Parts: sequence; structure tokens; C-alpha cells
Amino acid sequence: MAAITIGLAGNPNCGKTTLFNELTGSNGYVGNWPGVTVEKKQATWRANRDVTFVDLPGIYSLSPYTPEEVVSRDYIVGERPDAVINLVDVTNLERNLYLTTQLIEAGRPVVVGLNMCDLLKDRGDVIDTAALSERLGVPVVEVSALRNTNLDALVKKAVAAGQAGEVPAGARCFSPEVEDALGRIAQLISGSCDANLVRWYSVKVFERDAEAVKALHLSSAQLNQAEKIIKAVETSRDDDAESIITSDRYDWIASVMDACVRKAPKKLSMSERIDKVVTSRVLGLPIFVAVMFIVYYIAVSTVGDWGTVWANDQVFGEGWELFGVAIPSIPAVVEGWLAAAGASDMVSSLVLDGIVGGVGSVLGFVPQMLVLFMMLAFLEDCGYMSRVAFVMDRLFRRFGLSGKSFIPFLISSGCGVPGVMATKTIENEKDRRMTAMLTTMIPCGAKTPIIALVMGVLVGGADAWWVAPMFYFLGLAAIVVSALMLKKTSMFAGEPAPFVMELPDYHLPALKSWWLHVWERISAYLKKAATIIFAACVVVWFLSSFGFASWEGGDGSFGFLASLPGAPEYSADYSLLAIVAGAIAWIFAPLGADTWQATAASINALIAKENLVSTFATIFGLGEATEGDPVMWQAFAAMFTDGAGVMHAGAMCAFVAFNMLDAPCFAAIGTIRRQMDSPKWFWFAIGYQCVFAWCVGLIINQLWELFVLGNFGAWTVVAFVLLAGMIFQIARPMPKTEKADDKVLAQLA
Amino acid sequence: MATLRDVKVGGSCTVAALTGTGALKRRIMDMGLTKGTQVFVRKVAPLGDPVELTVRGYELSIRKDEAASIEVVNVTRDE
Repeated sequence: MAAITIGLAGNPNCGKTTLFNELTGSNGYVGNWPGVTVEKKQATWRANRDVTFVDLPGIYSLSPYTPEEVVSRDYIVGERPDAVINLVDVTNLERNLYLTTQLIEAGRPVVVGLNMCDLLKDRGDVIDTAALSERLGVPVVEVSALRNTNLDALVKKAVAAGQAGEVPAGARCFSPEVEDALGRIAQLISGSCDANLVRWYSVKVFERDAEAVKALHLSSAQLNQAEKIIKAVETSRDDDAESIITSDRYDWIASVMDACVRKAPKKLSMSERIDKVVTSRVLGLPIFVAVMFIVYYIAVSTVGDWGTVWANDQVFGEGWELFGVAIPSIPAVVEGWLAAAGASDMVSSLVLDGIVGGVGSVLGFVPQMLVLFMMLAFLEDCGYMSRVAFVMDRLFRRFGLSGKSFIPFLISSGCGVPGVMATKTIENEKDRRMTAMLTTMIPCGAKTPIIALVMGVLVGGADAWWVAPMFYFLGLAAIVVSALMLKKTSMFAGEPAPFVMELPDYHLPALKSWWLHVWERISAYLKKAATIIFAACVVVWFLSSFGFASWEGGDGSFGFLASLPGAPEYSADYSLLAIVAGAIAWIFAPLGADTWQATAASINALIAKENLVSTFATIFGLGEATEGDPVMWQAFAAMFTDGAGVMHAGAMCAFVAFNMLDAPCFAAIGTIRRQMDSPKWFWFAIGYQCVFAWCVGLIINQLWELFVLGNFGAWTVVAFVLLAGMIFQIARPMPKTEKADDKVLAQLA
Repeated sequence: MATLRDVKVGGSCTVAALTGTGALKRRIMDMGLTKGTQVFVRKVAPLGDPVELTVRGYELSIRKDEAASIEVVNVTRDE
């Protein structure tokens, strides 16, 4: 059999993901559609590897306005899969059929799968499949994606349709007047496109769909004639063409519903009863707070944290015990192998410090992410996630974000990696990108040692309740300020995205689809993020272990520092990292932290933020000292004390603020890269984070110098200019831009 | 003319016209709010916005600003 490609199309929440997983065993490839953060999944059929499925994003329509809809229609009309399976949720048939009426015009064989028929039967409704099939002019199969019933029949029908190339004629779903106009437009354009697409393009030209019209390369005479035909109908119907098409489709669907579906009298469903309480005016907010607290408590404070501690301190630390049997830690095992193989010091250092140490600190987050994803997938699958947006929308849209941004922010207080990944649940692309850019500014678990270090310096270990909240506040303020500034830049400007959102019925997620949902994300993290982290760890290891023997008595030769003759115990001072950090430390002069040690610590912190503290311990020659040690506090404070013995606390705060807000660790950077899936957006995100963090640090340091220490200089002026610039950017009116819709199209073109 | 924004919780109405433009208007129509559609205003979010509607047998949430672009007739209120 020749290879066949089948596109899976359907509304969001119609069970398409479950269908895809059932058909393919999710053996496939997960990526993004080119240029957009919309997920693209592709995999072969379990029963026959010659059949490939492409999972299109869940959409309500094939309009040209959202990236999801544009990639879907470009795929169906442009890339022309052999057939399209349209999965339809029968419990919401009327709205689901709206997409169907568009799909059957798109010039590809279509097979409709009626999903969730079991739920329909419970409700007592009856559907006449044969009559529906006749009206739509395509095969219709009753299936249950969840119970895996009839799925093979559905695919076989689609394969047969694809092989035969039976393109549906498209239902005559418009009023006679419109059909007549479409017929005349069809004659007008028939030479300009594929015969199978005449119906599709006739409707698109009638709707004045800019992209479709462009693709046809019509002459101005043809366009004028088409315009005359459209105008005539618009005048007689007293409405615009797009509205006429949409109304007619829904009116036709209503007639089909009357003919093919017999509805039982409606009762108040379980879902409606739950929702009456869960999003009510009085209980809505308390329930929301409680749910978020439970997610945070389990994923960040308790179970997830146990997992991380277990992974970091035992699996990658000192070893652990299972039922009384001692299991050595991975570094210990690897160390043993290396010793047994007679590896050189350099190879051992590369493997242990560079790879196992670096990648291990990233893998350490896997248990926590697992717990978190299990809870998030549950909230999503059961239908509560859209209620979160419903409840929080009012608050977040003031900052140009969506109600769903709340969840990534909350999770990022534990770890930025799942935080960035959680942005996947935000439908709107601008909101999704902005949230992914900003969410790591919330202090994560790995940043708490830094906070503890500053707390030690500032209050000397006293129980100061205000220090830690201050940093969370800094993170929140940075997000709000950034969001307010960014939404007026050309990359995010435009009308706020319409918040027109379905609130799907609540239901208990099926174990299988729930787990697949979790696994898909964890494995994507492991696969994609791990590659970039691996490379980055090796680079940082190389920089910090190689250097020139320029110490007293050294011969100046280049090599692996620890193996060079006469190397001091702490050879880090002579490493390439010290040289690189020393060369770029001037960048941090306005922040008051221009020592190479501070810069080197910031670079090391990219592997994991808590490395900031351990780097200082190493550089200061304090060995294993931690953030809780008074000697650490003194050494850290000394770095910000000038020759006259004046402590520059502003510089210290600036340095810490920079490290809180700048590019996150490699694990999170890798996740941002994967989420953005566009070099332009990835570098914009990382660049913005670093520049913004630098500006904040500069302002903190210079204002402290001026108001507390009375020092005024050129950088003080810069600080005020930056501050004024930020305020201006926030306060200025929304700049006039090309219409957001045109932009989406231009970007995709 | 009354808009959907003015319809109180628990009220029903029929869509008469859409005054919005572009992507927003298309999106609202794609979700099934076309001329002549019956709409029931089910509830308002705890912070006062957005609202939840029942349209064509399912639940839809839209912001009040967007509801203001939907002109309605036959407003009734069932107590």
C-alpha cells in the first residue's frame, strides 16, 4: 500500500488528543508548526505504519485570524493530506458541525467521526447517523476514542476515501441567493485554482478573505466583478458577507439538527450543578484559592519537594536506601566506573563535574515536574483550567496577560521549567509568548539560597520575615512592569485578544489519557531540554577547568588546570572562566558589582541558580560553606565594601536583583527555546530578560548610591533616564500598529 | 438598542446584530452567536467580568466589552 497521510481535525475538547494517542500509541514526533508556538504532532498508525496521522490544533473554524486556524487551513488546502478525519463531539454537535461544513469544502476527502456517542445515549438523545452522512455528503462513523470502539473502522474509511480521492462536493448549506452568487464567483475563478478547490475559494472570495484572494492572483477585472456580486447580496440581506456566510452555515446546521437528532428533555446535568458552585460569585474565588493552594502545596512544598530532594541529595548525592539495601548515588557509581576504567583526571572531571553534575541538577527536577504535571493535566482534562481563566481574567488582562497566566507564575515559584511548560495551556499566542518570557522572574526554589545569603548579610541571621517576601514582590513587580511595557512594543501591540472561550463540561479524566498527557510533557522535556543543557554544561565545565598556568612558579602553559604542575588548590582564579568574566565584568560597573568573581558566579548560576552561592564558596576559598554560614556572609559583604570600609548594600541588592531577573538556568532556557520554537523569539526573550535585569540592577544601585551614600555621577543620570523611559513606556498610549490580523498573516507568509 | 452587556444574569435574549469588526466579530460568530440565536446569560465571574452564556447548547464565556458589541432583542428575564 502506498503511504497515506491523514489530518486529524476537530474542535478543542472533542477528544482528538485521545484519538491520536489511541491510533498511534503516541510513537511520534512532537514539535511546533513553523514560526508559531502551535504544537504539531505527527505519528504513524499502530495497525499499519504506512498511514501517518498529523494532529491539527483544536480549532472552531477555518477563519484566517488565529495562528491555529491558519496552520490548519494552510495544511489542508496547501499541503493536501490524502484525507481528513473530522472528530466531532456529539454532546455539542451543533457547534462542532460548523467546522465540519468548512472542512468538507476544503477539497480533501473527509470522514466524520462522531465521538462520545455513549454520553449522548446516557442523556437519552438519539442521532440518525445515516441521515447525517447523507446531508453532509461524507461517511459518518460512530466512535468512542476513549473506549477505542470503532476507531479502526473510522481509519479504514478514511484510508479508502483517501485512496479513492473522493472529494466531497460540500453541502449546499447557504440560502439560494448566496448559492447563486457563489455559483457565479465559481465561474469567475474556475481557471485560477485546482478544480477540487473551486467551492472553497468561491466561499473565501465571497467572505473577502485577504489571504485566499491573494493566493488566487485574480485580475482587477475579476475582482471588480466578484465585488459586484458580493455587494448585491450584502445589500439585499442588509449584512456583511462574512456574517451572511456564518449565519447561513449555522441556520443550515440547525435544520440538519432538527432532521437528524431527537433530543430528550433537558435536565440539569452534573456538570452544570458542579459549576453552579465552583464559579459562583461568592464561592468562586475561595475555591480558586483553595485549588491553587493545593496544587502549590503538593507540587512545590511537599510531595514534589520530597522528590526533588530525593533526586538531588540521594540519587545524585550521597546514595540512598531501599528496603534496607543501600543504593549508591549515580555520581558514586560513575566515579567507580571511571576509576575502574583508569580514566584520567580530566575525563573524570568532565564526566563527574561537567556532565553528571550539570545534567543531574536538571534531572533532579523531574520528580517535581512529574507531580506538577499530573496535577495540571488533571485540572486541564477535568475542565477546571478554563474556569481558572474565567475567574482570573479580569485581573490579568490589565497587564496584557491572560487569566491562564496565573498558573505558570504560581508554578514558577517552585521551578521555572514546568512554569514555562505550563504556558502551553494558554490559547492566545501573544499571551503565551509573553508569559513564557516573564514567568521565570518569579524566584524559584533554586533561588532561595541566594535570598538566604542576602538575608544573612542584611540581618545577620535574625528572623527577618520581610526579606523573602521582598524578593517575591520584586519578581511580581518585574513581571507587571515588563508586561505593561512589552504590550506596547511592536511585538505585542494591538487590540487585546478576544476572550471568547468555551467552558467545557466537567468530567473525570480517563486514567490513560491523563497519563499520556503527563508523559508527553515529561518526555519532551527530557529529550529536547536535555540536549541543550548537556552542551551548555560541557562548555561551562571547559571554561572553569581549563586555563593558563600563570600563577607564581607556573610556566604559563595552557591546559587542564588541576593537572598542570604546581597548580594551587583553588585554581579557579586562573581558569578561562576567570579570564572571560574579568573581560566582561565592566558591564556590571554601573551595578557596582564589576569583580570577575561576581561575573563568574553569574555565569555559573546559569547551570543552576543555587550555584551562585557555591561558586562564591569556592572562589573565596571557603570550601563547603553554605548560605547559612556567617563566614559566607562576611566574605560576600566584603566584596561590596570599598577601600574606605563603606558597605555598598545597593550594589549587593543590584547584583542579587540582576541574578534573580536575568536569563534563568540552562534547564529553563532550554524549555523557553522549545516553547518558543523560533530563534527570533527565543533570543528576544533571553535578551529582554538580561537587559531588563541589568537596568533594574543599575537603577537600584545608583539610587542607593545617591540617596543613601550621596554619590552622584554620570550613571546616576542614566538611572533616572532609564526610570523615566520605563514610566513613559508604561504610560504612553497604545501605539498605532497595523491590524493584528494582518500581522499574523504577514508573519506566516 | 440594547446590547448583550445590558442583559442581567438569568435573562435571555435573541441576537439582532453584531457591531464589532474583524477578528473579534468573526470569532463571536464562529462560536455560534449569529443573528437570531437564542442566548441565556448564566452568570458573571466572581470579579464581575467576564460573563458566561448558554448558546446552542453549550457554555461560552465572553468579556463584557465584547458583549457590548452584540445587539439583542426580545430580552426576557426568568425569575
